[in-house]
Amino acid sequence: MNGAADLGGMMGFGPVIGEPENEYFHADWERRALALNLAVGAAGRWSIDASRHARESLPPREYLSSTYYEIWIKALERLLVDAGLVGADELELRRSLRPGVPVSRVLSAGDVPAVLAAGSPAVRPVDIPARFAVGERVRTRNMHPTGHTRLPRYARGKGGVVERIHGAHVFPDTSAHHAGEHPQWLYSVRFDARELWGDDSDAGLTISIDAWESYLEPTRTTDSAG
Amino acid sequence: MVDNGSMAARTEALESILVEKGYVEPAALDAIVETYEHDVGPRNGAKVVARSWSDPAYRERLLSDATSAIAELGFTGRAGEHMVALENTPRLHHLVVCTLCSCYPWTVLGLPPTWYKSPAYRSRAVIDPRGVLADFGVTLPDATRIAVQDSTSEVRYLVVPMRPEGTDGWTEDRLAALVTRDSMIGTGLAMSP
Repeated sequence: MNGAADLGGMMGFGPVIGEPENEYFHADWERRALALNLAVGAAGRWSIDASRHARESLPPREYLSSTYYEIWIKALERLLVDAGLVGADELELRRSLRPGVPVSRVLSAGDVPAVLAAGSPAVRPVDIPARFAVGERVRTRNMHPTGHTRLPRYARGKGGVVERIHGAHVFPDTSAHHAGEHPQWLYSVRFDARELWGDDSDAGLTISIDAWESYLEPTRTTDSAG
Repeated sequence: MVDNGSMAARTEALESILVEKGYVEPAALDAIVETYEHDVGPRNGAKVVARSWSDPAYRERLLSDATSAIAELGFTGRAGEHMVALENTPRLHHLVVCTLCSCYPWTVLGLPPTWYKSPAYRSRAVIDPRGVLADFGVTLPDATRIAVQDSTSEVRYLVVPMRPEGTDGWTEDRLAALVTRDSMIGTGLAMSP
């Protein structure tokens, strides 16, 4: 979706303000916001892609005026309501009104190290070969889906070169909507800055994205871009 | 900008609802915070970089299969399942950003700093990386090309900064102390001795 989270190339946010190492939180509630997201996520009721879609679905005005952990809490509330785990009335009243529904896993403190160390690999086996080869010229599709996608607006309809093949990965555009994992080959695609930003951009600058196969089309031989 | 009092109350209420319903255990929340506040952080990545500087065979493995090479040092898991290492050279400087959200290699760098998640960084890193570097006090030679990686998938990227001059014969521990978090994102350089 063309939401506020898709920020690449926007202007006017001011300078980037650095921060010391090991300064991870700026208020105690941020610690809980992180932990709640990870702990409830471990119940497996939604994918990481659905989490990202809940965050990017915040109205642009709200997204841009919220800090990152605020975005995480607001999105988590929405995910919980959508999954039927918490009622909107309970969030409104800020207390539980009904017993919980059964969930497949409740993370215990003892489980935490193993669960975090295992992670959730996104690679899946597929029985079709990769369509594109390293070094091949490709063009990203010009598409504007209303649902989740990981193809940023600034890189749509652009010519580039396949830089790496990462294997077949879960497809976020379906996974985010509980429509299945539908794994696809994943590539890094490199663009010349001039292709993305025009002739005044930094000579020699390149920008690479990771792109699923269905984001890409073969480039016609007459095409000189990228 | 954020109303911390209001967000603290909202988060606390959410936690109590989830605990009462039996979906989360408070001790597990404590364990998650403890892990990412004290155990997993950029010193992990610094060990990987120092090993790469010291051991040519390790460097080869890191550049060809970073996930396995990083796992050799015991760093595996969430937001590090699929790793790629990008090595800086005098001719090429890598910079990593996630324009769409906050994808970051947790296993080697820990949780991302606030600026990495900020609209200022996410918007500008892909169109004006030299301007972003200037915000960090870094000026690269004009002859050094910049390659920005927008982290749009579950693949996570670790930048291997250039080894500083004057460190011949240093132990890995001493070298690791020169490797800053920012140098492994690409917004900084390794410190000089």
